Amino acid sequence: MGFMKRGGGHEGLLHPHTFLKVILPLGIIIGWEIIAILLNNEFILPRLESVFAVLFSPTADILGYGNLITNAFTSLERVILGFLIAAGLAIPLGISMARSDSTHDFFDSTLQLLRPIPPLAWVPLALAWFKIGLASMVFIIALGAFFPILLNTLDGVKSVKRNWIESAEILGATHRQVLLKVVLPGAAPTIWTGLRVGFGIAWMCVVAAEMMPGTNSGLGYLIMSSYNWGQVQVIIAGMIVIGLIGIGFDYLFKVIDRRSFSWRVLER
Amino acid sequence: MTLTIENLSKQFVKNGEELVEALVDISVDVRDGEFICILGPSGCGKTTLLRIIAGLDHPTSGTVRIDGTVIDRPNRKLGMIFQDYSLYPWRTVNENIAFGLEIQGVVEEERAGIVQKYLALTGLSEFGTSYPYELSGGMRQRIAVVRALAVDPKVLLMDEPFGALDAQTRNKLQYDLLDIWGKTKKTILFVTHSVDEAVFLADRILVLTPRPGRICDVIPVDHPHPRDRTSVEFAKVRRYVLDMINQPKCSLS
Repeated sequence: MGFMKRGGGHEGLLHPHTFLKVILPLGIIIGWEIIAILLNNEFILPRLESVFAVLFSPTADILGYGNLITNAFTSLERVILGFLIAAGLAIPLGISMARSDSTHDFFDSTLQLLRPIPPLAWVPLALAWFKIGLASMVFIIALGAFFPILLNTLDGVKSVKRNWIESAEILGATHRQVLLKVVLPGAAPTIWTGLRVGFGIAWMCVVAAEMMPGTNSGLGYLIMSSYNWGQVQVIIAGMIVIGLIGIGFDYLFKVIDRRSFSWRVLER
Repeated sequence: MTLTIENLSKQFVKNGEELVEALVDISVDVRDGEFICILGPSGCGKTTLLRIIAGLDHPTSGTVRIDGTVIDRPNRKLGMIFQDYSLYPWRTVNENIAFGLEIQGVVEEERAGIVQKYLALTGLSEFGTSYPYELSGGMRQRIAVVRALAVDPKVLLMDEPFGALDAQTRNKLQYDLLDIWGKTKKTILFVTHSVDEAVFLADRILVLTPRPGRICDVIPVDHPHPRDRTSVEFAKVRRYVLDMINQPKCSLS
C-alpha cells in the first residue's frame, strides 16, 4: 500500500502519482488551520502552530506528566512486553493445533468463543484480577495481539506443502528436524504477517489500556490527562505521535518481510 | 542391493465406508542397478505403489524388503523425487542440495564438497546461490534429483518427475537422467504414464492395469542406451507396448 512504490525511481512532487498522494493531507491541514482561525477556540480546535510547538519540543515536560519521548517509551515497553507474551503463547499453540487434529479440537471451541470479545471488554475483569498497573495493561495488550498471531500461525503451518515434509522424511528427518527445518521456515512468512497485524492491534490496545483509571504514564495517559486540563493541542500532538510510531513499526515489519520472505511472493 | 516387492495389496476406505482396492497382488524382484518404469493410466495406483516402497504409505498386505529389511517407514537406502518440485523455496540451490546431508549430520566442510560435486553433475554450477524461483521447471527438477542423490541412496524412486515439463525439456532431462544413472549405478523405479518415456528409459517396463492396479505384463527392453526414438527398433518396442496396454488383460481391471 502506502510504501509500495509503483514504477520506482525518484518521484518529484509534481509527479501525478505523488501529487495525488499528498493532496488530501495538505487539504486537511489547510482546512484545519482555516477552521481553527475562524473558530478561535483553543479548547475545541487549536491552531497548527500550537500542535507543532508540542511536537517539536518532545523533551519538554507537559503539565508535570513527563515529556512526549519518555511517555512514548513507556507505552512501547508495555506493548513489547504484551506482544512478546502473546507471540510466545500463540506461535507454539498455533503450530501444535495445525499439526494435531486432537489438539485443534481440544482448543478450537474455546478460542472461537473468546475471539469475538474485544480486548477492551476485558478491562473491568483485568482490573479485578490484576489490579491497577502494568499487569492489567499487559494482559489487555497480549489479548489483542494473541488472536491474529494464532490464526496466521495456524494458516501458515497448514500451508506447508506435504511434499516438503515428505521429502524431508525420505531424507531421514526426525519430527524435530521436520519442525525446525521445514515447518517453521515454510510457515514463517505467514507467521510474520500475524506478528505484524498483532503488533498493530497491540499498539492500539496499549493506548486504550493507558486510559484505565489509576494509570500514571504513557501516551494514552498523557492525552487523557490533557483532556482534563483542556490541552487539546497536546491531545492532537499525542495522537500524531501514536500514529507515527504505529506507521514506523508497520514499515519495519514490512521491510523485514520483503528482505527475508520474498520467496513467498516469487514462488509460483 | 536387493529390493523385493511381495504380494503387495492396498485397500483404503473412501468416505468412511466404501472399501476401494488400489493395488492387487504386486510382486517384483528388482535387480541391482536396474532401471524399471512403472507404466499405467492415471489413477491406477502407481503413485501409491511408489509411496509404499518409499515407506510413506503402508500396504494392506504384502511386504517390501530392501536388503532383507521390511520397509515400514522411510529408509535412507531409498530416495524419492516428486512430480512437483519439492525444493525448499527459502533455501538456495546449494542449501537445497545440502538439506539431506544436514539432516544426516554431515559436517559443514564435508557438505560443501559433496554439494559442489552433485551441482556439477547437473551442469548448473553457476546457479549454486540462486533460489528455486529463479530457475525454470527443468532446472528445478535437476536440482531435486541431485538433492536426493547427495545422501547416496541405493534406489531412486521417481514419481512422474518430468510430467510437468514441456516436451523438449523432458527429452533433455531423460538424457541427463540416463547419464546420471550410468555414472552413479543407482537402481531406479520410475513412474510414468508415457509409453514413449518408458520405452526410452527402461530396462524393464511393468505395465499396470487401471484401478485396481495389478501387473498385467513385464516387458524387457534390452536395446542399449542411448536409444534412438526415431529408429525402427524403437518404433517396434513402442508398438508392442501400445498393443499390450490395449489388450483386455491390461486395459480392463
